[in-house]
Amino acid sequence: MSKVLLIDFGSTYTKLTAVDIGKEEILATAAAYTTVQTDINDGLNEGLKLLEQKTGKIKYDACYACSSAAGGLRMVTSGLVPELTGEAAKLASLGAGAKTVGVYAFELTEHDIEEIGKINPDIFLLVGGTDGGNTDCIIHNAKMLSKMNPKFPIVLAGNRTCASACERILKDCEVYTCPNVMPKFGTLQIEPTQKKIREIFLNRIIQAKGLSKVTNLLSDIMMPTPSAVLQAMELLANGHEDEIGIGELIAVDVGGATTDVYSIADGMPEHMNTVFKGLPEPYAKRTVEGDIGMRYSVQGIVDAQGIERICRLSGLSTEKALTLIEELKRNTDKLPNGDEELEALDFALASCAIDEAVTRHAGTISETYTMMGQTFVQEGKNLTKVKQIVVTGGSLIHTKRTEEIASHALYSQINPASLKPKSADVWVDKTYILAAMGLLSSYHPKTALRIMKKELKYHGYSK
Amino acid sequence: MNNKEKKVLVIGVIGADVHAVGNKILYHAFTEAGFEVVNLGVMVSQEEYIAAAIESGADAIVISSLYGQGELDCRGMREKCDEAGLKGIPLLVGGNIVIGKQKFEDVEKRFKAMGFDRAFPPGTTPETTIEALHELLDTEGGNQ
Repeated sequence: MSKVLLIDFGSTYTKLTAVDIGKEEILATAAAYTTVQTDINDGLNEGLKLLEQKTGKIKYDACYACSSAAGGLRMVTSGLVPELTGEAAKLASLGAGAKTVGVYAFELTEHDIEEIGKINPDIFLLVGGTDGGNTDCIIHNAKMLSKMNPKFPIVLAGNRTCASACERILKDCEVYTCPNVMPKFGTLQIEPTQKKIREIFLNRIIQAKGLSKVTNLLSDIMMPTPSAVLQAMELLANGHEDEIGIGELIAVDVGGATTDVYSIADGMPEHMNTVFKGLPEPYAKRTVEGDIGMRYSVQGIVDAQGIERICRLSGLSTEKALTLIEELKRNTDKLPNGDEELEALDFALASCAIDEAVTRHAGTISETYTMMGQTFVQEGKNLTKVKQIVVTGGSLIHTKRTEEIASHALYSQINPASLKPKSADVWVDKTYILAAMGLLSSYHPKTALRIMKKELKYHGYSK
Repeated sequence: MNNKEKKVLVIGVIGADVHAVGNKILYHAFTEAGFEVVNLGVMVSQEEYIAAAIESGADAIVISSLYGQGELDCRGMREKCDEAGLKGIPLLVGGNIVIGKQKFEDVEKRFKAMGFDRAFPPGTTPETTIEALHELLDTEGGNQ
């Protein structure tokens, strides 16, 4: 039966997964250092060699890849009101698997333009105004952008009334026009924009990042890694045909520099007496916490959760914890490897990272009293009824205390306003297959789903 | 600048007020009368009206209040609109906007002093408000 090779070009590692489609099993996985600066083929060949040692020589019938190499898909967005089209632009980019390296609202200033020039994003997403609504802001921003002669492609997805005007202003740039991300107040329409972003990623970014050299090996599609993970999570939650999924879920990937949270859940208010505020939430939502990570962003965890909590969870003295944290910042490759103190610290850091990232991802509820009695106001997604948590990332995989760390994604009385899951079962991605299964799901969804259900280690946990 | 065919209204019930029925009636009446209506529903804060008005390029904001706290809730609205670049946008308010039996002329005077273009007493029909809107938007031309 057919065999498929799945590749994830990461920023530090190239991860390979070989799958036997007929047997619905993983033959082997391997990881090798990625070397985009020199030649991406080095990392790939190294990985292939490692894989071959495990499986023997295999002729693959197909090979699919995703990439977050060279900083991933770096995007800058600009909208009008921060909570409205500004937020819609951010949601669209994150959901497309991008990393938002700049988020702007209202009219761009000369200072902003200078900053954007320095950031030099892979794609710029320009939005603003509902259809028939405000035109001044987006036209102003188009003019400002045209002045800097941008080398990056611009996706235009704002007020359709002035789309052609913006196209004319940006006639010397690479512009792709999409339907408005917010055609009417409170209505999100981000899928066409996300599709376009992925297309541009495929056609343009991959070449710019030296990935085109390997395309002769690849049979089809490249997508940003987070977008593959999101696809895998949707499949795992929803199921495919007669193969049922595990139901609404959240997934957390605690990395060295960032922490990604995915939720596949409706998230609307449970009760009639709850008023929902803010933009409607996408069913499949991704957020990225750029300041929460186990190594490069370790200071962000300390700032967000406080050193006291880290000490309490790790059992270390403040002095010791701070010294170790400083060491981790200098030495981002450092792993516990049996060092008990460092293990305890990593446990505390991962717990705080999960707590913080899921709290920011989840919605909140607040109570108010009106003439009609008690009323609740909900903002963001209500995840209290979500029963499944999928976790991945080194700090959760290489530890015996996975469930304990994962339990920090759950609701706690310390923060009663947060709409985090009340109780949940924990699934661990021990073999780093989420992105690979997302890729595979485009062609063999049922196989990908069965493999995930088999490979993700189930840890019962209820609170 | 805007080539929109219809005038855009932002409507909603301000403050901690959950009276939803009148709001729906107004939505239908204004839509029927040819306006493009952005309905924010109940429990709307001043900031939400303003954000929606900026994004939709609104021509007027129509605020409802049924629970007697309208005067408190509406305070500072005009100043915030000025601050947000919505200078001169018509502001209309109606419902049971104050508590108790007060002479409406006094109430109206207070709301006008707060920067509202129109204040309507209890029992005002949608037609009256629509008429006032036509008057305000034709003579002052909205927020262009």
